[in-house]
Amino acid sequence: MIERSVTHATFSIERVYDAAPARVFAAWATPEGKASWFVGPVGWTQIERVFDFRVGGEERVKGSGESGRISDFRSHYFDIVPDGRIVYAYEMHIDDVRISVSLATVEFQAVGDGTRLVVTEQGAFLDGYDDAGSREHGTRWLLDNLDAALRYGA
Amino acid sequence: MVKHMLNQSVPLDRMFHALADPARRGMVERLSRGPASVSELARPLGMSLPAVVQHLHVLQASGLVRSEKIGRVRTCRLEPKALRTAESWISARRSQWERRLDRLGEYLARHPEAPTQRSRT
Repeated sequence: MIERSVTHATFSIERVYDAAPARVFAAWATPEGKASWFVGPVGWTQIERVFDFRVGGEERVKGSGESGRISDFRSHYFDIVPDGRIVYAYEMHIDDVRISVSLATVEFQAVGDGTRLVVTEQGAFLDGYDDAGSREHGTRWLLDNLDAALRYGA
Repeated sequence: MVKHMLNQSVPLDRMFHALADPARRGMVERLSRGPASVSELARPLGMSLPAVVQHLHVLQASGLVRSEKIGRVRTCRLEPKALRTAESWISARRSQWERRLDRLGEYLARHPEAPTQRSRT
């Protein structure tokens, strides 16, 4: 029996690339660009890829990890501003279990000759799914800190 | 919500702020032994109910404590799990993004003349 739960979380990541917004955008907007970096971890093999980059278009990246688990990214584009912004919503499945449904916003800002890229993800993370321990590190650090705070504070 | 979570350290800041006060640490200690009503929390601290409620707000904002009102009694419980789950989801998804954005940087460096044509909407 699966224990049902939803965790809502939002975070953003910022990067500055030494390339003009048009080039960075192209790496998100062209099939060869996107396929070159939007992949799974080391040992991951692609099973299926669909790339229809337009508002209402679908993207799908399905693959098999080293452990043999099947990851399936299914996405739809909602907003595209050339060289400026991409908004898409996606669901992630691992072995046919839906682990999350998220909204992702990608912003491209010119800074000098380069580009500041800001990726913001707003997610509903489902059923406390544990993706094979990769999340443990951050958790342990947090709990150790909590533990220390409680101990020394008492 | 978005603003609060933009910086990953904000939840930690709130948690440590919540635990910086001895009265609130006392409440967390009490709750670590099991759920309690607001008046049960107030009693050993010798504090007024409004003061306890105020501390409770801080603890709830930090994600450490959850409370629910059943009938006329508000019951509080420790909820480190909710915080832990959110943090762990974020760190997993973040590290995936970090890996991919590293690869994007490598791709851009390898392809200085990368095609800029794109499908239009």
